[in-house]
Amino acid sequence: MIEAKRIHTPLTAEICSSFSAGDMVLLSGAVYTARDAAHRRMYEALKKDLPLPIDLSKATIFYAAPSPTPEGKVIGSIGPTTSYRMDVFTPALLEHGLRGMIGKGNRSQEVVEAIKRYRAVYFGAIGGIAALTAQCVKRMEVVAYEDLGPEAIRKLTVVDLPLVVINDSQGSDLYLSEQKKWRILSV
Amino acid sequence: MNTENKKNNPWRRINTKRITATVKKLFIGANTILGADVVSALHSAIKKEESPIGRQVLTKILQNADIACHEAMPICQDTGLAVLFVEIGQDIRIVGGDLRKAIEEGVRQAYGEGFLRKSMCDPLTRTNTGDNTPAVIHMNIVPGNQLRIIAMPKGGGSENMSAARMLTPSAGIDGIKKFVLETVDRAGANPCPPIIVGIGIGGSLEQACILAKKALLRPAGEKNTSDKRLTQMEKELYTRINELGIGPAGLGGRVTTLAVHAEMMPCHIASLPVAVNIQCHVARHQEIVI
Repeated sequence: MIEAKRIHTPLTAEICSSFSAGDMVLLSGAVYTARDAAHRRMYEALKKDLPLPIDLSKATIFYAAPSPTPEGKVIGSIGPTTSYRMDVFTPALLEHGLRGMIGKGNRSQEVVEAIKRYRAVYFGAIGGIAALTAQCVKRMEVVAYEDLGPEAIRKLTVVDLPLVVINDSQGSDLYLSEQKKWRILSV
Repeated sequence: MNTENKKNNPWRRINTKRITATVKKLFIGANTILGADVVSALHSAIKKEESPIGRQVLTKILQNADIACHEAMPICQDTGLAVLFVEIGQDIRIVGGDLRKAIEEGVRQAYGEGFLRKSMCDPLTRTNTGDNTPAVIHMNIVPGNQLRIIAMPKGGGSENMSAARMLTPSAGIDGIKKFVLETVDRAGANPCPPIIVGIGIGGSLEQACILAKKALLRPAGEKNTSDKRLTQMEKELYTRINELGIGPAGLGGRVTTLAVHAEMMPCHIASLPVAVNIQCHVARHQEIVI
């Protein structure tokens, strides 16, 4: 088994450049949750030159909206949503300093190119194991767009969140390379 | 009501309060307890999977189901849009109020009191409705004096990868298989594989979609033995989908699908409707017969 790299946020260009598709990573530190509605709002703010409610510099965004927090817990269940829906907004966020993204599923060619250009990284998390993933979250607070409910931007403090590098800053794509190895049938 | 009236009234009465409580219980249960059929299919998948990372993903899925069950946490943060199939025996009488409202209230209570995520929103403004209603309710009148309620929280990621197409009759069974394979292949890692594939063939556009969704309610891996052509098609597509190499979490492997379920009914002489409803590995549904 490949040994996981222990990485702490914020993600610098140097850290991101050291990643290769297929690297197992245990991520610790601050990450922000943001998905469809929050992305649209941030994108529109950027277009109008308005300030963003979070500092994107070297930041990591987890495409996620947790279930509500039961009493006595830090967070409800949490896991990645499908990333492609954020593709249309992502290059603009990368341009403004975003470095890490956590989600599931393929990215567009534009995003893959932008990841290369801005020396960023796209991590895959396993979908549908949200009670388990919640155990990595040690702190949570809503920091912006509270009116979006589950889609509000939350700041999470995570410890050893298990991830795998899907798209690295050299342009590799783990989904493509791994699926090809196991593919018998072409459609 | 006095005894005299009851004697003259053969209808069995079911109060809407009981329906609300039942719907609430079903949605909380379905969201926190993974069905034994899916657990068993995942155990078989681990034996079949040759990719080490694939096996690791499958192990984590089972580990997660355990934690969710013991801690009464949602298996997945996407606790779904609330889909229900309600079969109403023609010899019952619903008392105490509006049936649809009673069902919606059950959904509201489940998602509110059960700490489930509210995912329903206005399609254009994207404003969350705040209580996960409205539910998608399929009601049918059936013989008998019972009420069957099936609750199916359906995740958005796998629903997004689903598709329907009006094929031409000449496309035939090969056209159907090709469409299913293309749909699953295009979905790739997005719908959280290993998936379950529901296929609806025939009827009209909407009926094919309903058949595909109903196919997902069958215990994972149970064959459709009512029609040999479907038994064969399910078997063949199960093999071929698993040859696509997508694998658990899309990280490559032998297990892309846990099961393929097909349902069919006659259609118009001009058409061949086909729907493919993709279900993630968190295949949730619970039912109660009152």
